[in-house]
Amino acid sequence: MDNKLIQYILGIADNSLILGQRLGELCGHGPSLETDIALTNISLDLFGQTRSYYQYVAQLQGGVATEDTVAFLRLEREYKNVLLVEQPNTDFGYVIAKQFLFDVFHLAFLQELQHSKDTQLAAIAVKSIKEVLYHTRFSSDWIKRLGDGTTESHGRIQTAINDLWIYTDELFQPTEADTAMVTQGIGVDSTKLKANYYQLVSAVLAEATLITPVVEYFQKGGKQGIHSEHMGFIVTELQFMQRTYPNMNW
Amino acid sequence: MSSTTAQIDPQLLDILETVSDPEIPVLSIIQMGFVRSAKFMNQLVEIEITPTYSGCPAMDVIADDIKSAFKSQGYQAVVKLILSPAWSTDWITAQGRLTLEKYGIAAPLEPIADKEALLGNKKLVKCPQCGTLNTKLVSQFGSTACKALFQCEDCLEPFDYFKCLK
Repeated sequence: MDNKLIQYILGIADNSLILGQRLGELCGHGPSLETDIALTNISLDLFGQTRSYYQYVAQLQGGVATEDTVAFLRLEREYKNVLLVEQPNTDFGYVIAKQFLFDVFHLAFLQELQHSKDTQLAAIAVKSIKEVLYHTRFSSDWIKRLGDGTTESHGRIQTAINDLWIYTDELFQPTEADTAMVTQGIGVDSTKLKANYYQLVSAVLAEATLITPVVEYFQKGGKQGIHSEHMGFIVTELQFMQRTYPNMNW
Repeated sequence: MSSTTAQIDPQLLDILETVSDPEIPVLSIIQMGFVRSAKFMNQLVEIEITPTYSGCPAMDVIADDIKSAFKSQGYQAVVKLILSPAWSTDWITAQGRLTLEKYGIAAPLEPIADKEALLGNKKLVKCPQCGTLNTKLVSQFGSTACKALFQCEDCLEPFDYFKCLK
């Protein structure tokens, strides 16, 4: 698994897998029927995208690799998702703040990835953009509703934004695989997305009467496989069936 | 990028017309525009289908249904899932749109109208039950990935709206 292209694809796909898993935890637990359905629909989109990426990885790996082995048979440090997506669902404010901070990045990233020289990645990006547009609409809308809502909702969403803010910079930190793929015209130069990202996010926060946080220290590590303490619990649940009944199939 | 027009061998069309989306059983996969190509390859029939949304759980079932439909007619079919070009609601046939409406699902609007209906609170989606435009968005996400939930303010019936995807 030292191939740069594989590492690069996992860096994209694992974000969708872990955020999808976090959203899946809310199935049957959403604050209202409509939000419950919306969040699990978003989860389904993300899993669908992840499958396309993992099928591609399995094809590159060859041998006995399948999308399932890529999804379920890795150790915690082999997952390359950013720290942001693995943060807990604490309350609806955190769910929305996490989603929003990821969606704005995700959309901008895919809009660049659709021009990749790798036709398979470009095809997945084109397909995913249409879905992520809906995700971004949904989460931006809720940021505004909560921010410009009651004193309670305003306070809670501001707290969530403040707490999650330290994980945003990692989205733009290139890994070795990123740099190699950018050079080959396959990957997206995320550093170039940064200025526009913070501008877009701040505009929505301002409309929501929320304050854009200013911090001096940003947390990072997920992209190198150095995760927060939450990741072990997610992986345990994600891999439960495969670990209990090795090689099981539906 | 391959062509956006489906390449379907006319001899295979009748069999494909018998297969439907399990979540919208009144429409055939041809009317939905899922089938991108169908051709004879030596002794096999090769079918390419494309998903509406990446995570559409119906695709595996549809692929199996296609195989069994061909098997019952004495053919062996191979079904491939392709992502490019990405499926568009434009590929739903005119007959398909009518059938959707009759079934109680509002057919997709054009992109700008779709955005205004889903975001701008403009009343543009027609109630498939009573035909009024006096409808409201209940949720951008509905019973399946491809639909949003609406309610009619005249006849009060809730209904699905098939989201525009282009």
